[in-house]
Amino acid sequence: MALRGNLRDFTVTQLLNLINLAHKTGTLVIEGPNEIAKVFFRDGKLSYAQIGQEDNHLAFVLHKSNRLTTGQLRAIQLRATHVSDKELGLLLINSGHMSQDDILTALQAYFTDSVRRLFTWVEGFFRFENDMMPPEDRITVRLDLENLIIEGARQLREFEQLQDEIPSLDMALRFTERPGSNMQKMNLSVEEWRVVSYINPKNTIQQIASAAKMSDMEMRRIVYGLIQAGLVEVMRPDGSTSVQEKARSAAPVQNREEQKSLVNRLITRIRSI
Amino acid sequence: MQTVKMVVTGPFSAGKTEFIRSVSEIDVVATERKISSDSERAVKQATTVAMDFGRITVDEDLVLYLFGTPGQKRFDFMWEILSEGMLGFIVMVDSTRPETFREARSILETFRAYAPTPYVVAANKQDVDDAWEMEDMRHALRLDNKVKLLPCVATDKNTVKNVLLELLYSILAEMENTEK
Repeated sequence: MALRGNLRDFTVTQLLNLINLAHKTGTLVIEGPNEIAKVFFRDGKLSYAQIGQEDNHLAFVLHKSNRLTTGQLRAIQLRATHVSDKELGLLLINSGHMSQDDILTALQAYFTDSVRRLFTWVEGFFRFENDMMPPEDRITVRLDLENLIIEGARQLREFEQLQDEIPSLDMALRFTERPGSNMQKMNLSVEEWRVVSYINPKNTIQQIASAAKMSDMEMRRIVYGLIQAGLVEVMRPDGSTSVQEKARSAAPVQNREEQKSLVNRLITRIRSI
Repeated sequence: MQTVKMVVTGPFSAGKTEFIRSVSEIDVVATERKISSDSERAVKQATTVAMDFGRITVDEDLVLYLFGTPGQKRFDFMWEILSEGMLGFIVMVDSTRPETFREARSILETFRAYAPTPYVVAANKQDVDDAWEMEDMRHALRLDNKVKLLPCVATDKNTVKNVLLELLYSILAEMENTEK
């Protein structure tokens, strides 16, 4: 079934969040107004990216990161057209010209930068292709998406959209229990850390905003970023009316056993429809 | 005579009225009006502007009312009124219209803030080719694994029954948990 839609309804940040949480493998294809981007993922991690017809061969990427001179790039482009990226990488490592780390770091920076450029895309259609993989001869990487998601979330400025995302500041926040999320690896800003330090099921978002001296808008933006990165989730603050109390007020009986009996009667009736 | 209430909420045109219609023993009392905005008109011709409700008589002492909320945001002042005293609520989401997921999330958060009652999310139109996969919807709607996300076809009585039953099981489970 389809994972497709319009960037006006789903931002690139939200798509990255979905891919990250669902540990998806495949290709996110985004058809922008001028070019098509293809971003590849393996198990929810960024693997490879191609925007439009841009040359993203290894030699070009290494030149861009100042690992190859213009002369070296030209020589490779002229004389090594039949050599794949994987072969070129091995040749460069075996010749002692650079390490495997150098190559992977340059590729990671390049792919990260490609995804950053997508954050500015607000028009276009997207689809996720489960079976589309990067070209076999290319070198892929494995990059966690959390920091990219946080970066993307920081760019969300539209007040209405933020208000939709965080409609009530009377709710509290708690850290998610998602395995694999590691806050130490995250590049949080000072303001984000300040909010993180106040996170407690007893504190409402509004109270955190007051304590951290932030406007509602600033607070919404930071909370939105933390939610998108999978670090926190919204909950009712501790000490609010319990479910039991509320259910009691909803049901027209006071006794707990009677309440359960009432629900059981409803269940029996619905089953019989 | 005791009456209890459940609320069916969700974005515009998510299938709330159809959902209630599928199980109600009375004709759903729907206040539908011709739609004014062009984008809304493209989706359907009339929409619920006040609220609609269906009824399921349990026995001579107990009646369940299902209240549908108006989908458009300009009627959101009704939501708090409708949520008062509800036993639980159902958030309907059209699986084929990802453009409504953000609003569905917003409605869900708003209702959670109104009342800490149990709820389930019904992914409507799961029988259509364009429907998003349940797992993708869970992430897009930002639902915790503990939240029940149920496949649904609002016109199919059996899937509607299943959604109602799952909500009732959640209500029962909450009652038992708070006893401990």
